[in-house]
Amino acid sequence: MTLWWAIAALCAGCYALKLAGLAAPRRVLEHPVVSRFAELVPVALLAALIAVQVFTEEGALRFDPARTAGLGAAVVALLLRAPFLVTLAAAAVVTALVRYFLG
Amino acid sequence: MGVAVGLSGVAFGAAAITAGLSVPQACVLSLLTFTGASQFALTGAVGAGGDLVAATLGALLLGGRNTLYGLRLADLLRVRGPRRLLAAHGVIDESTAVTLAQPTPEAARTGFTTTFASLYLTWNLTTLAGAYGASALGDPGVFGLDVVGPAAFLAILWPRLAASAELRRLAVAGAAVALCATPFLPSGVPVLLAAGAVLVVMVR
Repeated sequence: MTLWWAIAALCAGCYALKLAGLAAPRRVLEHPVVSRFAELVPVALLAALIAVQVFTEEGALRFDPARTAGLGAAVVALLLRAPFLVTLAAAAVVTALVRYFLG
Repeated sequence: MGVAVGLSGVAFGAAAITAGLSVPQACVLSLLTFTGASQFALTGAVGAGGDLVAATLGALLLGGRNTLYGLRLADLLRVRGPRRLLAAHGVIDESTAVTLAQPTPEAARTGFTTTFASLYLTWNLTTLAGAYGASALGDPGVFGLDVVGPAAFLAILWPRLAASAELRRLAVAGAAVALCATPFLPSGVPVLLAAGAVLVVMVR
């Protein structure tokens, strides 16, 4: 039930954020602090999410060779300008293979 | 673009099930949140056994960029009343990119409507497919599906990292802050703390 509340809050909040943009006065966008903050925040958040999901487990740092190799495969795919799907598939396949062979 | 969105829909459905969400929960998120990065952020934090309040706040912060998109689109779309309430739901990365790329306001409005409608349909159908697929597969870790979320984040982030050394430093700092804070704070909070790295960059 608690998870449903988090989902409900996220649904309502995300919609409110979208609507706020369409309904807000223009000068808000033109404020340099607002636009810079909006440009930077996703970068820091996404990088943090990647790090936490790959290198931590249950609130502790943990090096998982399979996930690390999968992320490495994604980096290689992106460097080779692979399409989105190929990048995700490469990450998943490499993770699965390393996990299989390391037991 | 429809193909890319469809595939990330499958990936989201699978990631949600991996994280322990039910199929209805994954589908409600896609139907009513309809902004991929926030959805991945919530399910990722839930999967890590994170604090739900921190997880929701982190996902909301990511959703904040849609507000900026809305500000840019408002002048082009010029929607009022009930149509604005409907259009708001469609303000996401992809629809904004298509709309802003159109040469005339009429083309922009058409572009927005068609992108919103087709992506909404694709995103929700593929979420359902991914969620059912992952449920049927059993342990998703065996198939490496737990790395699909981070790989998707990296793919979203990549063009910005490639474009700017400042953003690369910010990304490294954000990741480092989150990892250093992980042993000491409830799961989900370290990611929020990483947003604090932004303030350092802005003050500088």
